[in-house]
Amino acid sequence: MIKESELKPENASFRETVPAGDYFLKVVKAGETVRILDLEGNQAADTLFYNAHNPTERYSAVDTIREQGNVYLTAGSKLMSSENNVMLEITADTCGRHDTLGGACAAESNTTRYALEKKCMHACRDSWLVAVTEHEELGMTKRDITHNINFFMNVPVTADGGLTFADGISDAGKYVELKAAMDVLVMISNCPQLNNPCNAYNPTPIEVLVWS
Amino acid sequence: MLQSAAPLYDDLIPGGSHWSFIMRRGHVLRLIDETGGANVGMLMYNPENPLERYNMPDTLKNQHTFLLTKGHVLLSDMGRVFASIIRDDLGWHDTVSGTCNADQVEKRWGKKTYQEAHNHYHRNGFSSFLNELAKYGLGKKDLTANLNWFSKVKTDDDGNMAYVSDHSYAGATVDLRFEMDTIVVLHTCPHPLNTTPDYPRHPLRYQLFKAAPVTDADPCKISSPEATRAFANTALYHMMQS
Repeated sequence: MIKESELKPENASFRETVPAGDYFLKVVKAGETVRILDLEGNQAADTLFYNAHNPTERYSAVDTIREQGNVYLTAGSKLMSSENNVMLEITADTCGRHDTLGGACAAESNTTRYALEKKCMHACRDSWLVAVTEHEELGMTKRDITHNINFFMNVPVTADGGLTFADGISDAGKYVELKAAMDVLVMISNCPQLNNPCNAYNPTPIEVLVWS
Repeated sequence: MLQSAAPLYDDLIPGGSHWSFIMRRGHVLRLIDETGGANVGMLMYNPENPLERYNMPDTLKNQHTFLLTKGHVLLSDMGRVFASIIRDDLGWHDTVSGTCNADQVEKRWGKKTYQEAHNHYHRNGFSSFLNELAKYGLGKKDLTANLNWFSKVKTDDDGNMAYVSDHSYAGATVDLRFEMDTIVVLHTCPHPLNTTPDYPRHPLRYQLFKAAPVTDADPCKISSPEATRAFANTALYHMMQS
Protein backbone atom coordinates (compact mmCIF):
# COMPACT_ATOMS: atom_id res chain seq x y z
CA MET A 1 0.00 0.00 0.00
CA ILE A 2 1.46 3.32 -1.06
CA LYS A 3 1.25 5.88 1.73
CA GLU A 4 3.24 9.08 1.74
CA SER A 5 4.64 10.70 4.84
CA GLU A 6 3.93 14.19 6.06
CA LEU A 7 7.31 14.45 7.76
CA LYS A 8 9.74 16.92 6.22
CA PRO A 9 13.41 15.98 5.88
CA GLU A 10 14.44 19.47 7.03
CA ASN A 11 12.75 18.80 10.39
CA ALA A 12 14.56 15.49 10.99
CA SER A 13 16.64 15.29 14.16
CA PHE A 14 19.14 12.94 12.51
CA ARG A 15 20.30 12.27 8.96
CA GLU A 16 23.05 9.98 7.74
CA THR A 17 23.99 8.60 4.34
CA VAL A 18 25.07 4.96 4.40
CA PRO A 19 27.23 3.86 1.44
CA ALA A 20 26.70 0.42 -0.06
CA GLY A 21 28.68 -2.18 1.89
CA ASP A 22 28.60 -0.22 5.16
CA TYR A 23 26.55 -0.88 8.25
CA PHE A 24 24.33 1.48 10.20
CA LEU A 25 23.67 1.12 13.92
CA LYS A 26 21.48 3.40 16.01
CA VAL A 27 18.93 3.28 18.83
CA VAL A 28 15.55 4.71 17.85
CA LYS A 29 13.45 5.59 20.89
CA ALA A 30 9.84 4.59 21.40
CA GLY A 31 7.65 7.15 19.62
CA GLU A 32 10.37 8.25 17.21
CA THR A 33 10.06 7.68 13.47
CA VAL A 34 12.85 6.36 11.28
CA ARG A 35 12.87 6.64 7.48
CA ILE A 36 15.03 4.53 5.19
CA LEU A 37 15.43 6.31 1.86
CA ASP A 38 16.44 4.55 -1.35
CA LEU A 39 18.57 7.33 -2.85
CA GLU A 40 19.24 5.85 -6.28
CA GLY A 41 16.68 3.02 -6.56
CA ASN A 42 16.44 -0.78 -6.17
CA GLN A 43 18.96 -0.90 -3.35
CA ALA A 44 18.47 -3.53 -0.63
CA ALA A 45 18.55 -2.30 2.95
CA ASP A 46 18.97 -5.51 4.99
CA THR A 47 17.69 -4.58 8.42
CA LEU A 48 17.59 -6.20 11.86
CA PHE A 49 15.82 -4.75 14.90
CA TYR A 50 16.50 -5.51 18.56
CA ASN A 51 14.91 -4.47 21.83
CA ALA A 52 17.50 -1.85 22.80
CA HIS A 53 17.39 -2.93 26.45
CA ASN A 54 17.45 -6.67 25.82
CA PRO A 55 18.83 -7.74 22.44
CA THR A 56 17.76 -11.35 23.03
CA GLU A 57 14.37 -10.02 21.93
CA ARG A 58 14.62 -9.25 18.22
CA TYR A 59 12.71 -8.83 14.98
CA SER A 60 11.17 -12.11 13.86
CA ALA A 61 10.14 -12.58 10.24
CA VAL A 62 7.97 -15.59 11.01
CA ASP A 63 6.09 -14.00 13.91
CA THR A 64 5.56 -10.86 11.83
CA ILE A 65 4.05 -12.49 8.76
CA ARG A 66 2.00 -14.96 10.79
CA GLU A 67 0.46 -12.30 13.05
CA GLN A 68 -0.49 -10.08 10.11
CA GLY A 69 -1.52 -13.06 7.95
CA ASN A 70 0.44 -11.84 4.95
CA VAL A 71 3.96 -12.49 3.69
CA TYR A 72 4.64 -8.95 2.41
CA LEU A 73 5.44 -5.84 4.40
CA THR A 74 4.06 -2.38 3.64
CA ALA A 75 2.31 0.57 5.33
CA GLY A 76 0.26 -0.77 8.24
CA SER A 77 2.50 -3.79 8.87
CA LYS A 78 3.44 -4.25 12.50
CA LEU A 79 6.90 -5.72 12.95
CA MET A 80 6.80 -8.37 15.67
CA SER A 81 9.59 -9.53 17.95
CA SER A 82 10.68 -13.08 18.70
CA GLU A 83 8.53 -12.75 21.83
CA ASN A 84 5.54 -11.62 19.80
CA ASN A 85 5.61 -7.98 20.89
CA VAL A 86 5.13 -5.09 18.44
CA MET A 87 8.50 -3.44 17.84
CA LEU A 88 7.67 -0.95 15.10
CA GLU A 89 4.88 -0.13 12.67
CA ILE A 90 5.39 0.85 9.06
CA THR A 91 3.64 4.23 8.93
CA ALA A 92 4.57 5.32 5.40
CA ASP A 93 5.77 3.49 2.32
CA THR A 94 6.20 4.82 -1.20
CA CYS A 95 7.61 1.54 -2.52
CA GLY A 96 4.63 -0.71 -1.75
CA ARG A 97 6.22 -4.01 -0.86
CA HIS A 98 9.23 -5.24 1.10
CA ASP A 99 10.60 -8.75 1.51
CA THR A 100 11.13 -10.55 4.81
CA LEU A 101 11.61 -14.15 3.59
CA GLY A 102 14.72 -13.87 1.43
CA GLY A 103 17.17 -13.18 4.22
CA ALA A 104 20.56 -11.61 3.72
CA CYS A 105 23.55 -12.44 1.63
CA ALA A 106 26.52 -14.06 3.35
CA ALA A 107 29.87 -15.22 2.05
CA GLU A 108 28.66 -18.80 2.46
CA SER A 109 25.26 -18.32 0.85
CA ASN A 110 26.99 -16.58 -2.06
CA THR A 111 28.83 -19.85 -2.70
CA THR A 112 25.59 -21.80 -3.03
CA ARG A 113 23.52 -19.17 -4.82
CA TYR A 114 26.08 -17.97 -7.33
CA ALA A 115 29.39 -19.88 -7.46
CA LEU A 116 31.80 -21.51 -5.01
CA GLU A 117 34.49 -18.95 -5.86
CA LYS A 118 32.29 -16.03 -4.73
CA LYS A 119 33.16 -16.84 -1.12
CA CYS A 120 35.43 -13.89 -0.51
CA MET A 121 33.00 -11.26 -1.74
CA HIS A 122 31.69 -8.76 0.78
CA ALA A 123 28.21 -9.66 2.06
CA CYS A 124 25.52 -8.37 4.42
CA ARG A 125 26.28 -10.83 7.18
CA ASP A 126 29.91 -9.69 7.13
CA SER A 127 28.74 -6.12 7.66
CA TRP A 128 26.62 -7.17 10.65
CA LEU A 129 29.47 -9.24 12.10
CA VAL A 130 31.73 -6.20 11.85
CA ALA A 131 29.00 -4.09 13.47
CA VAL A 132 28.62 -6.37 16.51
CA THR A 133 32.36 -6.90 16.94
CA GLU A 134 33.09 -3.16 16.68
CA HIS A 135 30.45 -2.54 19.35
CA GLU A 136 31.37 -5.01 22.07
CA GLU A 137 29.35 -2.93 24.53
CA LEU A 138 26.23 -4.39 22.95
CA GLY A 139 27.23 -7.91 24.01
CA MET A 140 26.17 -9.27 20.62
CA THR A 141 27.75 -11.95 18.43
CA LYS A 142 26.89 -14.11 15.42
CA ARG A 143 24.22 -15.71 17.64
CA ASP A 144 22.28 -12.47 17.29
CA ILE A 145 22.27 -12.46 13.51
CA THR A 146 18.91 -13.81 12.41
CA HIS A 147 16.30 -13.31 9.70
CA ASN A 148 16.00 -9.73 8.51
CA ILE A 149 13.87 -7.45 6.41
CA ASN A 150 15.04 -6.64 2.89
CA PHE A 151 13.60 -3.18 2.46
CA PHE A 152 12.95 -2.33 -1.22
CA MET A 153 13.27 -5.96 -2.39
CA ASN A 154 10.46 -7.77 -4.19
CA VAL A 155 10.27 -11.55 -3.63
CA PRO A 156 6.82 -12.77 -4.71
CA VAL A 157 5.41 -16.05 -3.43
CA THR A 158 3.23 -17.93 -5.91
CA ALA A 159 -0.01 -19.73 -5.05
CA ASP A 160 1.59 -23.10 -5.81
CA GLY A 161 4.42 -22.47 -3.35
CA GLY A 162 7.13 -20.99 -5.54
CA LEU A 163 9.43 -18.15 -4.58
CA THR A 164 10.58 -15.73 -7.25
CA PHE A 165 13.02 -12.86 -7.29
CA ALA A 166 11.31 -10.22 -9.34
CA ASP A 167 12.72 -6.97 -10.63
CA GLY A 168 12.79 -4.28 -8.02
CA ILE A 169 9.74 -2.09 -7.63
CA SER A 170 11.65 0.63 -5.85
CA ASP A 171 13.12 3.70 -7.46
CA ALA A 172 15.24 6.70 -6.63
CA GLY A 173 13.66 8.66 -3.80
CA LYS A 174 11.32 5.94 -2.57
CA TYR A 175 11.25 5.35 1.15
CA VAL A 176 9.80 3.37 4.02
CA GLU A 177 9.04 4.93 7.39
CA LEU A 178 8.62 3.16 10.71
CA LYS A 179 7.41 4.38 14.09
CA ALA A 180 9.04 2.62 17.04
CA ALA A 181 6.74 1.08 19.65
CA MET A 182 9.69 0.31 21.95
CA ASP A 183 13.28 1.52 22.14
CA VAL A 184 14.85 -0.37 19.25
CA LEU A 185 18.39 -0.89 18.07
CA VAL A 186 18.34 -0.60 14.28
CA MET A 187 21.12 -2.50 12.50
CA ILE A 188 21.24 -2.12 8.73
CA SER A 189 23.59 -3.67 6.23
CA ASN A 190 23.38 -1.58 3.10
CA CYS A 191 23.73 -4.56 0.79
CA PRO A 192 27.03 -4.94 -1.11
CA GLN A 193 25.67 -7.71 -3.35
CA LEU A 194 27.29 -7.61 -6.80
CA ASN A 195 25.65 -10.78 -8.17
CA ASN A 196 21.98 -9.95 -8.02
CA PRO A 197 20.16 -8.50 -11.04
CA CYS A 198 17.60 -6.90 -8.66
CA ASN A 199 19.95 -3.97 -8.14
CA ALA A 200 21.37 -4.11 -11.68
CA TYR A 201 24.67 -5.37 -10.13
CA ASN A 202 25.23 -1.88 -8.77
CA PRO A 203 24.81 -1.32 -5.01
CA THR A 204 24.11 2.30 -4.12
CA PRO A 205 23.84 4.46 -0.97
CA ILE A 206 20.79 4.88 1.24
CA GLU A 207 19.92 7.61 3.72
CA VAL A 208 18.52 7.14 7.22
CA LEU A 209 16.49 9.93 8.83
CA VAL A 210 14.98 10.09 12.32
CA TRP A 211 12.28 12.40 13.65
CA SER A 212 12.03 12.74 17.42
CA MET B 1 17.96 -44.84 -0.26
CA LEU B 2 17.83 -46.81 2.99
CA GLN B 3 20.40 -49.51 3.59
CA SER B 4 17.76 -51.83 5.06
CA ALA B 5 14.01 -51.76 5.55
CA ALA B 6 14.11 -52.43 9.29
CA PRO B 7 14.57 -49.39 11.53
CA LEU B 8 17.51 -49.28 13.93
CA TYR B 9 15.24 -47.56 16.42
CA ASP B 10 11.54 -46.80 16.73
CA ASP B 11 9.94 -44.41 19.20
CA LEU B 12 6.77 -42.45 19.80
CA ILE B 13 6.75 -38.86 21.08
CA PRO B 14 3.36 -37.92 22.58
CA GLY B 15 1.48 -34.90 21.25
CA GLY B 16 2.18 -31.62 23.02
CA SER B 17 5.73 -32.66 23.98
CA HIS B 18 9.36 -31.91 23.13
CA TRP B 19 12.49 -33.95 22.57
CA SER B 20 15.96 -33.65 21.04
CA PHE B 21 18.87 -35.83 19.93
CA ILE B 22 21.89 -35.81 17.69
CA MET B 23 21.50 -37.31 14.24
CA ARG B 24 24.71 -38.69 12.78
CA ARG B 25 25.70 -38.16 9.19
CA GLY B 26 24.64 -41.05 6.94
CA HIS B 27 21.49 -41.84 8.88
CA VAL B 28 17.85 -41.28 8.04
CA LEU B 29 15.28 -39.83 10.40
CA ARG B 30 11.81 -41.01 9.44
CA LEU B 31 8.95 -38.87 10.73
CA ILE B 32 5.53 -40.53 10.75
CA ASP B 33 2.26 -38.79 11.54
CA GLU B 34 0.85 -41.56 13.73
CA THR B 35 -2.77 -40.38 13.94
CA GLY B 36 -3.10 -37.69 11.26
CA GLY B 37 -3.15 -33.96 12.02
CA ALA B 38 0.37 -33.83 13.47
CA ASN B 39 2.60 -30.77 13.58
CA VAL B 40 6.29 -31.18 14.34
CA GLY B 41 8.32 -28.06 15.02
CA MET B 42 12.03 -28.56 14.33
CA LEU B 43 15.30 -26.68 14.69
CA MET B 44 18.77 -27.90 13.68
CA TYR B 45 22.31 -27.03 14.82
CA ASN B 46 25.83 -28.29 14.16
CA PRO B 47 26.96 -30.02 17.39
CA GLU B 48 30.59 -29.08 16.64
CA ASN B 49 29.67 -25.42 16.38
CA PRO B 50 26.07 -24.60 17.28
CA LEU B 51 26.50 -21.13 15.73
CA GLU B 52 25.82 -23.02 12.51
CA ARG B 53 22.06 -23.50 12.37
CA TYR B 54 19.15 -24.15 10.04
CA ASN B 55 18.52 -21.10 7.87
CA MET B 56 15.00 -20.67 6.53
CA PRO B 57 15.77 -17.81 4.10
CA ASP B 58 18.76 -19.60 2.54
CA THR B 59 16.79 -22.85 2.27
CA LEU B 60 13.91 -21.13 0.50
CA LYS B 61 15.77 -18.75 -1.78
CA ASN B 62 18.37 -21.28 -2.90
CA GLN B 63 15.61 -23.56 -4.12
CA HIS B 64 13.16 -20.85 -5.24
CA THR B 65 10.48 -22.36 -3.06
CA PHE B 66 8.05 -21.33 -0.34
CA LEU B 67 7.26 -24.95 0.61
CA LEU B 68 9.43 -27.93 1.49
CA THR B 69 9.04 -31.39 -0.03
CA LYS B 70 10.92 -34.35 -1.51
CA GLY B 71 14.02 -33.29 -3.42
CA HIS B 72 14.70 -30.24 -1.28
CA VAL B 73 17.68 -29.87 1.02
CA LEU B 74 17.69 -28.17 4.42
CA LEU B 75 20.52 -25.66 4.51
CA SER B 76 22.57 -24.23 7.31
CA ASP B 77 23.60 -20.58 7.39
CA MET B 78 27.10 -21.76 6.38
CA GLY B 79 26.06 -22.90 2.91
CA ARG B 80 25.96 -26.59 3.85
CA VAL B 81 23.32 -29.31 3.89
CA PHE B 82 22.07 -30.56 7.25
CA ALA B 83 19.59 -32.96 5.67
CA SER B 84 17.99 -33.97 2.38
CA ILE B 85 14.27 -34.73 2.07
CA ILE B 86 14.40 -38.12 0.33
CA ARG B 87 10.77 -39.08 0.85
CA ASP B 88 7.64 -37.04 1.41
CA ASP B 89 4.07 -38.29 1.23
CA LEU B 90 2.46 -34.85 1.58
CA GLY B 91 4.10 -32.48 -0.90
CA TRP B 92 4.07 -29.42 1.32
CA HIS B 93 5.63 -28.57 4.70
CA ASP B 94 5.78 -25.12 6.29
CA THR B 95 8.87 -23.24 7.43
CA VAL B 96 7.57 -19.65 7.49
CA SER B 97 4.99 -19.57 10.30
CA GLY B 98 7.19 -19.92 13.37
CA THR B 99 5.88 -21.44 16.56
CA CYS B 100 3.24 -20.69 19.16
CA ASN B 101 4.02 -19.26 22.59
CA ALA B 102 2.33 -19.55 26.00
CA ASP B 103 0.05 -16.51 25.54
CA GLN B 104 -1.18 -17.70 22.17
CA VAL B 105 -1.89 -21.21 23.44
CA GLU B 106 -3.79 -19.86 26.44
CA LYS B 107 -5.78 -17.45 24.27
CA ARG B 108 -6.76 -20.16 21.79
CA TRP B 109 -7.19 -23.25 23.93
CA GLY B 110 -7.28 -22.03 27.51
CA LYS B 111 -4.80 -22.54 30.28
CA LYS B 112 -4.20 -26.04 31.51
CA THR B 113 -1.49 -26.32 34.14
CA TYR B 114 0.58 -29.31 35.13
CA GLN B 115 -1.05 -29.26 38.59
CA GLU B 116 -4.42 -29.59 36.92
CA ALA B 117 -3.71 -31.87 33.97
CA HIS B 118 -0.35 -33.53 34.66
CA ASN B 119 1.20 -34.58 31.36
CA HIS B 120 -1.79 -33.28 29.44
CA TYR B 121 -0.98 -29.70 30.38
CA HIS B 122 -0.85 -27.22 27.50
CA ARG B 123 2.70 -26.94 26.32
CA ASN B 124 3.72 -24.43 23.65
CA GLY B 125 6.38 -24.58 20.94
CA PHE B 126 8.41 -21.54 22.07
CA SER B 127 8.97 -22.81 25.63
CA SER B 128 9.47 -26.34 24.33
CA PHE B 129 12.28 -25.23 22.03
CA LEU B 130 13.96 -23.29 24.85
CA ASN B 131 13.66 -26.28 27.16
CA GLU B 132 15.50 -28.54 24.70
CA LEU B 133 18.00 -25.88 23.56
CA ALA B 134 19.13 -25.38 27.15
CA LYS B 135 20.38 -28.98 27.18
CA TYR B 136 23.07 -27.95 24.68
CA GLY B 137 23.93 -24.64 26.32
CA LEU B 138 21.77 -22.78 23.84
CA GLY B 139 18.98 -20.27 24.43
CA LYS B 140 16.80 -17.49 23.08
CA LYS B 141 19.57 -16.10 20.92
CA ASP B 142 19.72 -19.41 19.09
CA LEU B 143 16.03 -19.59 18.26
CA THR B 144 15.44 -19.07 14.60
CA ALA B 145 12.72 -19.72 12.02
CA ASN B 146 11.71 -23.35 12.51
CA LEU B 147 10.29 -26.06 10.32
CA ASN B 148 6.69 -27.20 10.80
CA TRP B 149 6.49 -30.74 9.41
CA PHE B 150 3.06 -32.03 8.29
CA SER B 151 1.63 -28.48 8.20
CA LYS B 152 0.68 -26.49 5.10
CA VAL B 153 0.35 -22.73 4.88
CA LYS B 154 -0.33 -21.35 1.42
CA THR B 155 -0.68 -17.83 0.10
CA ASP B 156 -2.80 -16.10 -2.52
CA ASP B 157 -1.54 -13.64 -5.14
CA ASP B 158 -1.69 -10.81 -2.62
CA GLY B 159 0.41 -12.70 -0.08
CA ASN B 160 -2.47 -13.54 2.29
CA MET B 161 -1.63 -16.67 4.26
CA ALA B 162 -4.05 -19.56 4.82
CA TYR B 163 -3.53 -22.56 7.09
CA VAL B 164 -4.76 -25.72 5.40
CA SER B 165 -6.48 -27.96 7.93
CA ASP B 166 -6.71 -31.72 7.43
CA HIS B 167 -3.49 -31.61 5.37
CA SER B 168 -1.81 -34.63 6.94
CA TYR B 169 -3.15 -38.11 7.50
CA ALA B 170 -2.35 -41.15 9.63
CA GLY B 171 0.80 -42.79 8.29
CA ALA B 172 2.05 -39.80 6.30
CA THR B 173 5.83 -40.09 6.23
CA VAL B 174 8.85 -37.84 5.68
CA ASP B 175 12.41 -39.21 5.42
CA LEU B 176 15.31 -36.90 6.22
CA ARG B 177 18.78 -38.13 5.29
CA PHE B 178 21.37 -36.32 7.36
CA GLU B 179 24.44 -35.15 5.46
CA MET B 180 26.07 -33.69 8.60
CA ASP B 181 25.97 -34.50 12.29
CA THR B 182 23.05 -32.42 13.52
CA ILE B 183 21.41 -31.50 16.82
CA VAL B 184 17.71 -32.04 16.12
CA VAL B 185 15.36 -30.15 18.46
CA LEU B 186 11.68 -30.87 18.04
CA HIS B 187 8.27 -30.41 19.58
CA THR B 188 4.84 -31.84 18.87
CA CYS B 189 2.96 -28.71 19.95
CA PRO B 190 0.21 -27.25 17.75
CA HIS B 191 0.97 -25.25 14.63
CA PRO B 192 0.54 -21.56 15.51
CA LEU B 193 -2.18 -21.11 12.89
CA ASN B 194 -4.21 -24.16 13.87
CA THR B 195 -7.66 -23.02 15.07
CA THR B 196 -9.19 -26.39 15.94
CA PRO B 197 -11.43 -25.96 19.04
CA ASP B 198 -9.59 -28.43 21.28
CA TYR B 199 -5.82 -28.31 21.88
CA PRO B 200 -4.52 -30.57 19.08
CA ARG B 201 -2.48 -33.37 20.59
CA HIS B 202 -0.98 -35.61 17.90
CA PRO B 203 1.98 -37.90 18.52
CA LEU B 204 5.02 -38.33 16.29
CA ARG B 205 6.45 -41.74 15.50
CA TYR B 206 10.10 -41.47 14.50
CA GLN B 207 12.46 -44.15 13.29
CA LEU B 208 16.16 -44.23 12.56
CA PHE B 209 17.74 -46.01 9.60
CA LYS B 210 21.17 -46.32 8.09
CA ALA B 211 21.24 -44.44 4.77
CA ALA B 212 22.54 -45.91 1.55
CA PRO B 213 25.64 -44.07 0.28
CA VAL B 214 24.93 -40.79 -1.54
CA THR B 215 25.90 -41.05 -5.21
CA ASP B 216 26.69 -38.26 -7.65
CA ALA B 217 23.30 -38.96 -9.27
CA ASP B 218 21.42 -38.51 -6.00
CA PRO B 219 18.14 -36.67 -6.74
CA CYS B 220 18.63 -34.16 -3.91
CA LYS B 221 22.25 -33.53 -4.82
CA ILE B 222 21.39 -32.68 -8.43
CA SER B 223 18.03 -31.04 -7.75
CA SER B 224 19.51 -27.60 -8.49
CA PRO B 225 22.95 -26.07 -9.10
CA GLU B 226 22.53 -24.43 -5.69
CA ALA B 227 22.02 -27.82 -4.00
CA THR B 228 24.99 -29.32 -5.85
CA ARG B 229 27.20 -26.49 -4.58
CA ALA B 230 25.85 -26.91 -1.02
CA PHE B 231 26.78 -30.61 -1.21
CA ALA B 232 30.25 -29.57 -2.40
CA ASN B 233 30.59 -27.28 0.63
CA THR B 234 29.45 -30.13 2.89
CA ALA B 235 31.96 -32.55 1.33
CA LEU B 236 34.73 -30.03 1.96
CA TYR B 237 33.66 -29.79 5.60
CA HIS B 238 33.84 -33.57 5.96
CA MET B 239 37.22 -33.72 4.26
CA MET B 240 38.59 -31.32 6.84
CA GLN B 241 37.22 -33.51 9.61
CA SER B 242 38.86 -36.75 8.48
